[in-house]
Amino acid sequence: MVEPQIIYRNEPAVTDAAVPLADFADGTNAAAVRIEPGDDVRALLPHLSQVRLVEVNFPAFGDGRGFSSAQILREAGYTGELRATGDVLVDQFVFLRRCGFDSFAPRKPLNLDDVKAAEGFFPDFYQNTSDGVAAIWAKRHKVAP
Amino acid sequence: MYQYDTYDQAMVDARVAEFRDQVRRRLDGSLPEEEFRHLRLKNGLYLQLHAYMLRVAIPYGTLSGKQMHMLAHIARTYDKGYGHFTTRQNIQYNWINLEQTPDILAELATVEMHAIQTSGNCIRNISSDQFAGAAADEIADPRPWAELLRQWSTFHPEFQLLPRKFKIAVIASSSDRAAMRLHDIGIELVKNAEGVLGAKFFVGGGMGRTPMIAPCIREFVSAQELISYAEACLRVYNRYGRRDNKYKARIKILIHELGADEYRRQVEEEFAHMKTLGLNPPVAELERISAYFTDPAFEQGLSDALDRSDPDFAVWVDQNTHPHKTPGYASVTISLKPAGGIPGDATADQIDLMADLASEYAFDELRVTHSQNIVLPHVRKADLYAIWQKLDAAGLASANLDLIGDMIACPGLDYCSLANARSIPVAQKISQRFADTGRQLDLGELKLKISGCINACGHHHAGHIGILGVDKKGVENFQLLLGGSAAEDVSIAKIVGPGFDEDGIVNAVETVTNVYLGAREDGERFVDTYRRIGMEPFKEALYG
Repeated sequence: MVEPQIIYRNEPAVTDAAVPLADFADGTNAAAVRIEPGDDVRALLPHLSQVRLVEVNFPAFGDGRGFSSAQILREAGYTGELRATGDVLVDQFVFLRRCGFDSFAPRKPLNLDDVKAAEGFFPDFYQNTSDGVAAIWAKRHKVAP
Repeated sequence: MYQYDTYDQAMVDARVAEFRDQVRRRLDGSLPEEEFRHLRLKNGLYLQLHAYMLRVAIPYGTLSGKQMHMLAHIARTYDKGYGHFTTRQNIQYNWINLEQTPDILAELATVEMHAIQTSGNCIRNISSDQFAGAAADEIADPRPWAELLRQWSTFHPEFQLLPRKFKIAVIASSSDRAAMRLHDIGIELVKNAEGVLGAKFFVGGGMGRTPMIAPCIREFVSAQELISYAEACLRVYNRYGRRDNKYKARIKILIHELGADEYRRQVEEEFAHMKTLGLNPPVAELERISAYFTDPAFEQGLSDALDRSDPDFAVWVDQNTHPHKTPGYASVTISLKPAGGIPGDATADQIDLMADLASEYAFDELRVTHSQNIVLPHVRKADLYAIWQKLDAAGLASANLDLIGDMIACPGLDYCSLANARSIPVAQKISQRFADTGRQLDLGELKLKISGCINACGHHHAGHIGILGVDKKGVENFQLLLGGSAAEDVSIAKIVGPGFDEDGIVNAVETVTNVYLGAREDGERFVDTYRRIGMEPFKEALYG
């Protein structure tokens, strides 16, 4: 398993080894799964109740499919650990957080000072996403989340 | 026009601080160029042949006199004293130092401007009709919808690393002045049977190597669901757009390969889900934005009469003004296409002058057009002569709007690291060949568009006459295309035959215009004649 460098959860990181998504079609009872960029993450939705860890892999940072995979999981109500692995860079950090990632296991460890700085730049955002933070329009019009 | 509130201002200020930190890390070596590259691109900063180029966003092409003055200040202080207005209604500076870029962004932020997402594989600046809010033929002002989309697309976390760039245009008139159907998403505001305003979505248009005209994917999306529908369109693209080949990665290829019906089905499925997620701002948000776009205080009861005794002025008025919805007013297009000039370029002094004219005569508003000109949208006809005299004194009174001299050209091999050929010298030679205004007027509406490589930034596919520069065994060669259009009669131009050298292409353009002059029937534009008689007579004259 890949040890997360950064985690934003009240419980410790899940230590189960992640299995490929395809195993769920064959009835695996695994609690950890790895999603590759080309996987249709919706195939996992019927099995969410047994899953405690989803690793979304970014083989190359420029491939943004994992952002949609994460959003789809959170939109479906998944509350377990959502870990970004692979080519995860500090300048994507805030976007990953906003898409619901709460665990980070980058191939190359991040500079924690840079992470802290990245988290501090933007006070608000224009969109509602699965992170539940109120969008700017919601604040402007005092719309409850 | 739109004004930032504290949230909008905090957003651009934060981006300045973030980019300053990214530049610091790049310069101290902790951020390698291969990781910095996409960060600087998402801030409009390219590394070109000779220097960095910075593209500044001008949302839906609208800006104030104060903002225009800032563009002049940046040209003067950080560049070589000029700027280049682009086909997506932005401005580019060609001689920028990386170290100074954060300071430039900080200066822009003081006038509510930025360079966010002006490049990179993300949603780019939203473009629109340059006559929005002024045109006699529009059903609504499209800019509030464009601003709503601008905010939604700014730092959208899911869509920062799309397969490829993504361009959206919004118009609200059946006349298309924004090349709407040649965008990844083109939106036309329409009214449904109940008279309610909504968005008609065309998805999958584009130029580049494989030009495509966007098919209609949905006839009507209500204001209340605009954002969730756009989000559904983007999610399907982000998940299934091709990533194996950057030349096949635009959404037009996905839709071409899936078919419009299958893409539509997938978007509808995603849309049904997205509607439930609380993504849509309340109608009050569109109303809040719309309040910034109410009409300026037009004088009522003004006369449309004009003193046309100065013949040069009369020609300019006829060619470069557009009907305004309010009697006694007109929209003025300032041509940035003088004979022998570089299309879309303006000096800092010219930019300042245009800003001053906006402040004095045009309710402090300017627009950038997709054909690289500047518009004063709301001008009293009584002031036209004074404006024309000032423009004339500054070399800005070319009376060639929509004529052959009003050409689009990309920066080409003089600046661009992708180009195969120099587009600017070809543009200059053609505009000199046709410098006589009477000759241009005789040729009538003629959209000439020049690209220096197959990426088609000069829109050659959409030209009545298009020119494409290629590299032929180390020698610049220019292909001629005929029959394209970016307007409501949208079509893709076809290559005529073997290419020409630089002087040869200038002659070839003259040859095809002569064929047109000989064959045209009453009221036909060049492109109409071409559509009627076909390619053969032109081919015969060129290669016969």
